[in-house]
Amino acid sequence: MALQQQIAEAFANSTPLSICGGASKQFLGNQVAGEPLSTAEHRGVINYQPDELVMTVRSGTPLQEIKEILQAQHQRLAFEPPSFGDAATIGGTFACGLSGPSRPWTGSARDSLLGCTIINGRGEQLHFGGEVIKNVAGYDASRLMVGAFGTLGLIMDVSFRVLPVPATEITLSFSMDAAQAVASVVSWSQKPLPITAAAWLDGELLIRLSGAQAAIRSAQLQLGGDISKQTEFWLQLREQQLGFFQTGKPLWRLSLPMAAAPLDTPGEQLIEWGGAQRWLLSGEKPQTIRQTALAAGGHATCFRNAQGGDIFTPLSKPMLALQQRLKKAFDPKGILNPGRIYTDL
Amino acid sequence: MTADPRFLSSLRTILGGGSLIEEQEELTAYECDGLSAHRTIPMLVALPGNVEQVQQILKLCYQHRVPVVARGAGTGLSGGAQPLENGLLLSLARFNRILDIDADNRCATVQPGVRNLAISEAVKPYGLYYAPDPSSQIACTIGGNVAENSGGVHCLKYGLTVHNVRKLRVICIDGEILTIGSDALDAPGYDLLALMNGSEGLLGIIVEVTVNLLPIPPTARVMLAAFDDAENAGKAVSGIISSGIIPAGLEMMDNLAIRAAEDFVHAGYPKDAAAILLCELDGTDEEVRHDIEKVEQILQLHHCTATRLSSNEEQRMQLWAGRKSAFPAVGRLAPDYYCMDGTIPRHRLPEVLRRINELSQQHELAIANVFHAGDGNLHPLILYDANIGDQLHRAERLGSKILQLCVEVGGTITGEHGVGSEKIDEMCIQFKPLELQQFHAIKAAFDQHGLLNPGKAVPELHRCAELGAMHVHNGELPFPELERF
Repeated sequence: MALQQQIAEAFANSTPLSICGGASKQFLGNQVAGEPLSTAEHRGVINYQPDELVMTVRSGTPLQEIKEILQAQHQRLAFEPPSFGDAATIGGTFACGLSGPSRPWTGSARDSLLGCTIINGRGEQLHFGGEVIKNVAGYDASRLMVGAFGTLGLIMDVSFRVLPVPATEITLSFSMDAAQAVASVVSWSQKPLPITAAAWLDGELLIRLSGAQAAIRSAQLQLGGDISKQTEFWLQLREQQLGFFQTGKPLWRLSLPMAAAPLDTPGEQLIEWGGAQRWLLSGEKPQTIRQTALAAGGHATCFRNAQGGDIFTPLSKPMLALQQRLKKAFDPKGILNPGRIYTDL
Repeated sequence: MTADPRFLSSLRTILGGGSLIEEQEELTAYECDGLSAHRTIPMLVALPGNVEQVQQILKLCYQHRVPVVARGAGTGLSGGAQPLENGLLLSLARFNRILDIDADNRCATVQPGVRNLAISEAVKPYGLYYAPDPSSQIACTIGGNVAENSGGVHCLKYGLTVHNVRKLRVICIDGEILTIGSDALDAPGYDLLALMNGSEGLLGIIVEVTVNLLPIPPTARVMLAAFDDAENAGKAVSGIISSGIIPAGLEMMDNLAIRAAEDFVHAGYPKDAAAILLCELDGTDEEVRHDIEKVEQILQLHHCTATRLSSNEEQRMQLWAGRKSAFPAVGRLAPDYYCMDGTIPRHRLPEVLRRINELSQQHELAIANVFHAGDGNLHPLILYDANIGDQLHRAERLGSKILQLCVEVGGTITGEHGVGSEKIDEMCIQFKPLELQQFHAIKAAFDQHGLLNPGKAVPELHRCAELGAMHVHNGELPFPELERF
């Protein structure tokens, strides 16, 4: 109630609000000048029934706590979200819409979401979606919240799908260059193999296989490679703890069609999501990097250490106008995290 | 209704001969979609052949404030493509080309009038397929699938349409063309792709769809299990899911549906069973073998009376044939049937089954039950004869009660068929006025003047105010003279 009241008052007084869960992803997007609004106290599991594969929690619940509850039932979040610190909350996880290494195979944050309760910029509490997988009543306003960085509504509670933990997981290692790695993953992805992650760094392609033991064994026979001993690799990749990320250079995230050729932009590259997500450490001009991404059929985000300018790829004029109208439909006075994604949204 | 002469003459210029239907008898062919009880003769039907024509048509309609209803194959079951007598029906039937198959990026770009099944057929040589498979997949189009966020029997494992579409080209009501989504796995800004899926033609006209493709699983086998108690079948469903197995499909039919299907296609279903489950497992040979063993144990634990396992593709198709033809099969039992589409949390299934049965007895109308049990999506088929007394009204009331029951146990009034014109009143049960108001605000952001498929999907608040209290307090429909079916 306190949160709803704070938003209602902010609406009445036209006070901009800066929404914060665990402050673990403040680095992403523009800084918001506004009165702080914290979801940290709004926590707890509302409903979890393992045999429904569904969980409903309050937005301030720490991500880590949720992972532990799920783990106890041999379940997990399908989209393997990064936390970027112990303080991460589930609300922030969905609001930022970031997904981990399994994304191309088991879906994104938005794919896991089933419903949510929000408070819009008028201070109205609204519920969209639900706790069931199939639900087509009304517009899909709940999935719209994923990746909206709280600019359309404050997520109060959220329902999402969970999956069983696979019986077995192994990582295979292959020595190859970037072009070979992209080509290999492209070809393997067209086959029914239990791949759940694929990344290339420094001349090594790592492939994670998940599923029943027998299926993994047969896939391993087909693919070859060596069993990797880097058991922490996927965790360190997800949390950006690998040596690659320990730098002050601008870190670019390029979201590309998975088969796109390796980038020829100067800078170090880490290829993830089987080619669909590429991390680039580069001091090149943002314009150049955005052009490269666009030419390859994707877009670029300056994920960390931005040196000014837009964080996300600017939208076309009609698209921006539409998204501005949509923002207004939820938040007519522009008080919810104004400017977090784009300065004029 | 006759069109404004200036509007008509501009439309003729845009479309040329043969692509504009103006004559009453030809217009009649478009008077309804799969919800045949709702019929309206459209003012005009346009059959554009290219994107530029669609743009020009929408600009013209925008200028003259003429409402537009888009139509694919017209197989929808909720009246989403029901025409308006003062509106233009925009058929996308001529947009039927597959534009690109990109096996390397596991996607295909197609025009909206391409049939769902045609996509899987076209990409089969690459060892790929398009996963969502509504039972009308032989006829329904991908544009309609996106508009309705269609499901199918394989949703539990592979998701709905929204999970399997990567990019759309959409024309707004003012003729502006937008790319929504991208060739990558995400796009900057708000996730409009999620919003477009299931928007029932109220936000824009889809002119191109890029769908995700998946590798065809090397093995798929289906197991049929018979039960002499439907509640046990319901419990077995939860047992399978909680064991950690995600079946490719998990369907349930009750005795009336079993008998109807068996008499119709002779799939080999046990006609004396109270319920059957059809559980499909797919993946590699090893996975499937492993899962079948586990599923069989769970079924035994829940007192199934018999099981049968497909050992080849022909047997698999035969076991599915009964389920896939359940609607027409049930259609042979009575002159009319009313197909419902609620979803419930799976663990409430035994209770909901019992209450549907009670409602059926109270209203003195038989119900055949067909469920996507794995994801809790129910299709109770209410049997009636519109020519006998008040049976139509009783069927409507019974249907509405079932949807209320779905909402009451934490579910929804529509799992995959959409709201359309059919369930517009039940939207008032599921959503509060503020939520409906938010929907209207979303609509206005895309279509300020409300020209795209007006009157569908989201009810006006005054309509709910008139209906709402009645639903809550005694469940009787307040305006029996209103045609709602």
